[in-house]
Amino acid sequence: MADKIGIYVCHCGSNIAGTIDVEEVARWAGKNIEGVVVSRDYKFMCSSLGQQMIEDDIKNEGLTGVVVGACSPHLHEKTFRNACKRAGLNPFLCQMTNLREHVSWVNSDKAAGTKKAKALIFAAAERVKRQKPLEPMEVEVNPATLVVGGGIAGLQATLELADAGYPVYLVEREPSIGGHMAQFDKTFPTLDCSACILTPKMSEVGQHENVTLLTYSELEEVSGSVGNFKVKIRKKARYVDEDKCTGCGICIEKCPRKVIDNAFEAGMGYRKAIYSPFPQAVPRIPVIDTENCTWFTRGKCRVCSKVCPTDAVDYDQKDETVELNVGNIIMATGWKLFDCKRIPQYGFGRLANVYTSMEFERLCNAAGPTSGKIVMRDGKTEPKSVAIVHCVGSRDVNFNPYCSAVCCMAALKFGHLVLEKTKAEVYSFYIDIRTPMKEYEEFYQRLLGEGMHFIRGKVAEVTDAARRPEEHGKLIVQAEDTLLGKQRRIPVDMVILMGGLEPQADAKELGLKCGISCSMAGWYTERHPKLDPVATMTDGVFVAGVCQGPKDIPAAVAQGAAAAARVAGMIAKGIVTIEPIVASIDEENCSGCRICNDLCPFNAIEYDEEKKVSRVITALCKGCGTCVAACPAGVITGAHFNNEQIFAEIDGILWDANPQAEVEIASV
Amino acid sequence: MKYAYYPGCSLERNAAAYDHSVREVSDLLGIKLQEIDDWNCCGATEYFSQNELAACAVIARNLALVEPQTDQIVAPCAACYLNLAKTDKLMVDHPEFGKEVNQCLAAGGLKYEPGRVTVRHMLDVIVDDIGETAVRDKVVRPLAGLRVAPYYGCQVVRPIDNNDNPEYPMKMDHLLNWLGAEVVDYPVKAHCCGGHLTQISEPQAFELIRRLLQNAQDYNADMIICMCPMCQLNLDGYQSRVNGFFGTEFKLPIMYFTQMLGIAFGIDPQKLGFGKELVTAMPVLEAKLGGLLV
Repeated sequence: MADKIGIYVCHCGSNIAGTIDVEEVARWAGKNIEGVVVSRDYKFMCSSLGQQMIEDDIKNEGLTGVVVGACSPHLHEKTFRNACKRAGLNPFLCQMTNLREHVSWVNSDKAAGTKKAKALIFAAAERVKRQKPLEPMEVEVNPATLVVGGGIAGLQATLELADAGYPVYLVEREPSIGGHMAQFDKTFPTLDCSACILTPKMSEVGQHENVTLLTYSELEEVSGSVGNFKVKIRKKARYVDEDKCTGCGICIEKCPRKVIDNAFEAGMGYRKAIYSPFPQAVPRIPVIDTENCTWFTRGKCRVCSKVCPTDAVDYDQKDETVELNVGNIIMATGWKLFDCKRIPQYGFGRLANVYTSMEFERLCNAAGPTSGKIVMRDGKTEPKSVAIVHCVGSRDVNFNPYCSAVCCMAALKFGHLVLEKTKAEVYSFYIDIRTPMKEYEEFYQRLLGEGMHFIRGKVAEVTDAARRPEEHGKLIVQAEDTLLGKQRRIPVDMVILMGGLEPQADAKELGLKCGISCSMAGWYTERHPKLDPVATMTDGVFVAGVCQGPKDIPAAVAQGAAAAARVAGMIAKGIVTIEPIVASIDEENCSGCRICNDLCPFNAIEYDEEKKVSRVITALCKGCGTCVAACPAGVITGAHFNNEQIFAEIDGILWDANPQAEVEIASV
Repeated sequence: MKYAYYPGCSLERNAAAYDHSVREVSDLLGIKLQEIDDWNCCGATEYFSQNELAACAVIARNLALVEPQTDQIVAPCAACYLNLAKTDKLMVDHPEFGKEVNQCLAAGGLKYEPGRVTVRHMLDVIVDDIGETAVRDKVVRPLAGLRVAPYYGCQVVRPIDNNDNPEYPMKMDHLLNWLGAEVVDYPVKAHCCGGHLTQISEPQAFELIRRLLQNAQDYNADMIICMCPMCQLNLDGYQSRVNGFFGTEFKLPIMYFTQMLGIAFGIDPQKLGFGKELVTAMPVLEAKLGGLLV
């Protein structure tokens, strides 16, 4: 059957037509590409009228292939494939080529843009002529979900799914769920107690019949694909038997070894060598910190084991690997605080009364090391003046260029707490005050009214080098007040550095395990920044909370719920359609060398011992092409990406190349 | 290791102690310094704002004089270091300007290919190229008990990146630590000494100098160790005037880091230019290091 190709060049308003002569491209394609029977341009090809035009042409002209030159296939491949399907053409006989992101948006020369657009259209046409009709496959969706990270975003996602009746495995690397929110004192702008609103959710998760809690555990490995992931979780040894422990806490009480708690208490308080991070921890089962435990370091003590009424302490416990089958994964791995020591001129770690925001959270917290009293490092003196430094490590080209989104509001909250609990003057040094969410600006107005001083200027340094008598014995915060146009030096007793939010140290590594990527800053990349903020480029893997980008508690909760809704939808439908772009092995010619078996990253190739040939397990194959390239006999074919199709595409791109010129270059 | 050596004018006169100690210490550490033949003044800090092309041409002449087989030039003076590095960077970043500079050089039959020579400060050569082990190995007279305040000034740590933190540099802290000295971590170590401000507005300049001396004294430093002839001159030469102006009684010796390396390496203090400073270092060295120096 002779090829009957339709070419459709989209203007995308002026997005494409601004830098590409789309009418010329369509006219030229109609004349110069063999087999083209219709070639059109249209204002918005994705509109219903544009789609209708394609459908009508398929029916009236009997098109055997469709080429759409428009935006990225990420946006509209589905749209045009569906249009073809409605008109009776197999969707895999529709080829999109990207004239927007790949040409018009990255180019300002109209002649060059038009020329490149022609080459891309030519390539797509040559390719589509050689494409084969394919049928999508369906697989069942495992109703269980893995949630990674037990902070507020992960807890929300877990509860939404568990309440809907679906099983959830919640993995958390710390001994308790709760995340950073468990460390906070108050939440802005309502000032309700963080623990009071968080702990009910924690215990609900802990007791939920549909939730399997895996704390003190880490995600090790992910294989499989949407609907049917296989994951390996490493349960770190707690040295306490989870089944026997009743959480009575007598082991913690009697443990003689006191350790500075750098995790939950941010270095402000102590814990024992056998510990549970905080009183409301879920689960209540303690862990032994082997680096500090006297038994593990010096082979003496065993007090915890002696006092345990249920004989739950087990010094011989080993890490354990748990394998789970899940249909979907929600990543809610959170963030870490910017290391304030990286800005040495702010004095953290060198000047005693310089605090990080997380230290100050613990200082304010009624359950914290000072029972909520705001006092200096000596543990008793109340500060008479406090400076709050905004944007520490954020909005700074030397560190992180992005805004951390929550620090302005947290700084206002701190200001309020200092004014409420002490008689101190509070100075905020800010670049801009950013209070864009609901009732945030009102909170800022409230603090202006409460008498917090606002100085617009980035702090140059925090120093104890006094210049004037009133500066002696104080910390001096120096900044250029950009509203006054003057240098200011404010002597204070205490400085709080609003450290920015950073991705977890292992975010990238963890992302790679489940096939999702990170932005330049290290946050997980969502499928679409506006229209698909919780899905990722890997089907079945979703993101929620700060791991996707800095955000506050309400936004993290909303994302947790949104990710859960997406997962619930897939579980409710029960099946997922998988693209039929898979590899296949020509068994007649396979030598059974098994090179492809080990190379396949998805374990999708099995070996038939009887016939001595390899075979692709279609449901597991992701169509990556590794085996196709590796097969020494060249008998593996990637559907939709076979050699003939790729070479035709290359030939098309090079339609105007002069082969003679190449010969000349080669002979030089 | 071989480097082209650019002493600069200060090191011939007021900072002769710096020059002597650089040469002595380099010999001992195996740093081969080849003084540039017929080098000229770098124009210090002022010339750039008067006439950028002429300023760069004057400086680039020195770069052009570096022998072809040498690709690194070392300057102990902070201003010389910055001027040389800045000129090279300007020529690399702005090729058109580089061509203009080369047109000027052509009048003298010279040519400089931008980026050919890497400009280094003496401190960086010793800390980064020679390194901790080699320096520690040479120490025969540890400076134990001597409280030294490293003073960096402004021009070496910024704007050219010398692999240190410009806001809170640490390189000299490390180096003095290797010599066994007690290094004073005081907050103004990278604040400005005022440069030539003494010539324009004494009260302001004296205040800048006072802050440095005051802070070092507050932190119980025995002496301030610097790496720039301008800083040394301001802190040492003006110390008595500052005392007179503010009624203070500072008596802090201001020494070059290479002098301290020299005495730790057991070199005769005379050869290192000790005694050339106005606030004498001898009493505190005698008191803290005992009879070692005699």
